[in-house]
Amino acid sequence: MFKLLEGPQTLGRGKVFWSCFLAVLAGALIYPLFADSYDVGNFAYFLIWIFMALGLCLMWGYGGMLSFGQTLFFGIAGYGYGVLAINMGGGSATIAALVLSVVVAMIAAGILGYFMIWGGISGIFFGIVTLSATLVLAFFLGQTAGPEWHIGPARLNGFNGMKGMDPLAVGDYFIEGSALYYLMIALIVIVYLALRMLVNSSIGNVIVATRENPQRAEMLGYDVRKYQLLTFVIGSGLAGLSGALYTSWGQFITPSSIGLPAAAMPIVWVAFSGRSDLTATLVGSFLLLFGFQTITVYSQQAALVLMGGLLLATVMLAPQGFVLGIGQLVVNWWTGRRRRNDAPALTDASRLQSDET
Amino acid sequence: MALVEVKDVSKRFGGLTAVSDVDLTVNVGEIHCLIGPNGAGKSTLFKLIVGLYPPTKGSISFDSVDITNERPYARVQRGMSIKMQAPSVFKELPVRQNIQVALQGRLSGAERNAEEDRLLTLLNLAQDSDKLAGALSHGQQQWLEIGMALALQPQLLLLDEPTAGMSPEETFKTGELIKSFNAEGMTVLVVEHDMAFVRQVAQRVTVLHLGKIFARGSLEAILEDEKVAEIYLGKTHAH
Repeated sequence: MFKLLEGPQTLGRGKVFWSCFLAVLAGALIYPLFADSYDVGNFAYFLIWIFMALGLCLMWGYGGMLSFGQTLFFGIAGYGYGVLAINMGGGSATIAALVLSVVVAMIAAGILGYFMIWGGISGIFFGIVTLSATLVLAFFLGQTAGPEWHIGPARLNGFNGMKGMDPLAVGDYFIEGSALYYLMIALIVIVYLALRMLVNSSIGNVIVATRENPQRAEMLGYDVRKYQLLTFVIGSGLAGLSGALYTSWGQFITPSSIGLPAAAMPIVWVAFSGRSDLTATLVGSFLLLFGFQTITVYSQQAALVLMGGLLLATVMLAPQGFVLGIGQLVVNWWTGRRRRNDAPALTDASRLQSDET
Repeated sequence: MALVEVKDVSKRFGGLTAVSDVDLTVNVGEIHCLIGPNGAGKSTLFKLIVGLYPPTKGSISFDSVDITNERPYARVQRGMSIKMQAPSVFKELPVRQNIQVALQGRLSGAERNAEEDRLLTLLNLAQDSDKLAGALSHGQQQWLEIGMALALQPQLLLLDEPTAGMSPEETFKTGELIKSFNAEGMTVLVVEHDMAFVRQVAQRVTVLHLGKIFARGSLEAILEDEKVAEIYLGKTHAH
């Protein structure tokens, strides 16, 4: 099973790659020992969004489905966590609220995806429909300021957003600060490795084949609609995981986290990083989120303009993504160097053979 | 015994009737060629059989099961395998992975690897197995697609102009390949323009003209038919 961690669908293989992976992981694990709690909290916040980026990478890069609906499912699970956590009470019930809210987002994705995929919606229209659904939810939640908009004791509160839910907790212990950071690291490692195994499996083969040529894939006996729906549900579920974790982290959520500027962000992260590779998306999204947060401290408008500029630069200069392009350059350089190092040995070997004969 | 039965099938696109009241039977174990001049409706009939178009009228059965309303993947799961007119491969994936996607539903592990190697060698693509399929020549892409179709080990192999863009030598080799699979029991239905190829492989021929069945029978009988020569082969070829 672990053989699936490497394969034709993912960049990075062999001892060097996995040594780097372990070194980065070790660095991430010891980081809270050296950093102050504010920075650790900030890092945990960046990491929340990584799931949404990886989900879009799976759908767009591997499945060929450009979904503008990541914040739709982010919002469903985010509000879902709030409603469930408030109604179910705090403590360990928040864990159940997290799981259930992600399941709700996946069910919503299953319903929307079924109608889109079985209805034959593809290409740019897939993006238009998912964006429309996202905006509908954002506008709907924006007009829920009145007291009549509540689910049990949980008030939706319109543009002011929902608040009052507990953060994740086990019994009386709140998962915040360093604990939340370590939870994020653990979840990212699990999701990243699981996605690598998925895309390198036989299911991943069909997902990629469907992206390349859906008619040919169907002519090989695959009901491509089921594979597309599976991809959409998993990718959207990961956006849901981001949403539920976000609400738990900040103990609030507003419709602005679903609306148009927010919906465009995952597209920028994944396009800039390189949509056709999970590792490039993971690294690139983290770098962009870090940069965005740093600039936002000084000017949110400037950060948004920078994101727009980056998307434009990606489309014009590196349509496959900047981080992926750099990653491929490194791999080519490394492979070339190894070949050059091996070449004399091979030459010597052939000389020895000819001497012997 | 009939493997495919097309009964009274018509297909209209707006005011144009591309296929009209066609009856066609493909028997188990034969190589059946569908020929006709441009615009005769051959490719439309082919797409009706594989399920890319729903018929306006009539029914299609495979192995005595009505498949008229089934999608292409379901027909493939029943034992059909299809090669389209234009090369239809996964261009951004390596050649080996193209074959792998076709094989993985039937085989796994070492067995699949061995079958991949066997097919790649058979198709003369072993040296190019790591190349992207889109980097292959037109003829090689045709072979790759034929290989993907063969990888399914179908009961019925459907080929729409399989030798388009191939050199005479490649065309001949393709014919021999198809005959060897037919000798092992595979039924083949071919839509083809190239009469040399038809002469090489055909056991039975159906001629379509203006969307209707114009003639059918053995290759020899079709070649001797004056009317067929007039509409399709050209009189000089008939003698």
